[in-house]
Amino acid sequence: MTTSNQPTTLLAELTYRCPLHCPYCSNPLEMTRAEAEVSTEDWKRVFSQARELGVLQLGLSGGEPMVRKDLEELVAHARQLGLYTTLVTSGLGLTRARAERLKEAGLDHIQISFQDVETESAERIAGIRSVKQKREAAALVRELGLAFSVNVVLHRANLDRVGEIIEMAASLGADRVELANTQYYGWALKNRDALMPTRAQIEASRPVVEQAIARYRGKMQIIYVLPDYYETYPKACYGGWGNVYILVTPDGKALPCHGATEIKDLKLVNIRDHSLEWIWQESPIFNAFRGDEWMKEPCRTCPRKTQDFSGCRCQAFALTGDATNPDPVCMLTPLRAIIDDALQQSTGESGPIEYQYRVIGEGAGV
Amino acid sequence: MTPESRPRLWRLARLDFDRVRQRRVLLYPEGAMFLNDTGAEILGLCDGRRTINEITAVLGEKYSTDVSGDVLEYLSLLSRRDLVSDAAGDALETSR
Repeated sequence: MTTSNQPTTLLAELTYRCPLHCPYCSNPLEMTRAEAEVSTEDWKRVFSQARELGVLQLGLSGGEPMVRKDLEELVAHARQLGLYTTLVTSGLGLTRARAERLKEAGLDHIQISFQDVETESAERIAGIRSVKQKREAAALVRELGLAFSVNVVLHRANLDRVGEIIEMAASLGADRVELANTQYYGWALKNRDALMPTRAQIEASRPVVEQAIARYRGKMQIIYVLPDYYETYPKACYGGWGNVYILVTPDGKALPCHGATEIKDLKLVNIRDHSLEWIWQESPIFNAFRGDEWMKEPCRTCPRKTQDFSGCRCQAFALTGDATNPDPVCMLTPLRAIIDDALQQSTGESGPIEYQYRVIGEGAGV
Repeated sequence: MTPESRPRLWRLARLDFDRVRQRRVLLYPEGAMFLNDTGAEILGLCDGRRTINEITAVLGEKYSTDVSGDVLEYLSLLSRRDLVSDAAGDALETSR
């Protein structure tokens, strides 16, 4: 067994319930119903255990975390532990009373998602009328003085407007805007052909974003994440498997990465059955891809292995069927042909963009 | 950053003490920066009113040595990472 580092980040997916139906959602295709969600007491225990292990950053995410009635209680507990807490929300359901209680509870930072700058396009992506409510939520957050990020997932239908999207974030009064190109897991992989931008779109976006970064320096921080399919080397997925990051799903599964439930032969562990310490240090799943002994060539002897850890295990599995393969994004592996084929297939065709919208299994109710 | 800048912490950053690692830490969205004692002391003085010259003077007196180069360098580095900004610059912007 390889020794473990201290983790720094816990992402708590409090629920899969969500009023939005975004076709790039990172949630799995099979989602849990509300009655199977982790209880308030169990979440508080997990936050405490995470802090003891060294975690400093807590993301409260989903689904839409605002549907949890215990959100304020969870935020207060996290703040008491000294965690830096970010609420990742659609903005829907953020009433003045709730926003005030969240601030009172010590929420450090709120991140509101926007889908596009044009209402019609934004609502087509979200699959629901939502822009007005999002704008009201943003205004409320500004008025209360909460630290505020705008998050926009970029893809073929909105990437051409990245400059206007940045201006929108500025006009909403954001302290920070996170522009992340779609990562192809879960629903996004299913919708890859409809979401993948063209190389021309990517190239055109770069100078626009670079100029905006310079223009807004000191006023609004701009984070721009390129789509890894257009990169030459893979991303260091969450800082390496079991290195710094823990994800806990609404029903209590602890994972090293969003897509880990899809990898066959990994025995899933639940925070209802084990302490987070055991999960982090001892569980087979968190140890599965630590170190480099599991790596194949060219990764095992590659000097880049300490930077990108052979890329994302879930992406390797999703695209090749073997999680120990190199991430096909890397140009140093012959598997790169899979990515190039996908790019050609996705961006070669023209015609209307059709999405398969994110839905929870029948009868789940939102 | 210049010696006349009035540095202040980013609104989204929070100075804290990590009792697990027994270290001072600067927390901000999706990040954490561990601080040595000097770094923590410098940041503790960044209130948006003191200039870098004044911060240097406070520390220089305390340690009886010239720290001006180090303080400017440290705060310039943090400014490039958006973790501190110049409050004097803000005032200038708004008065225009």
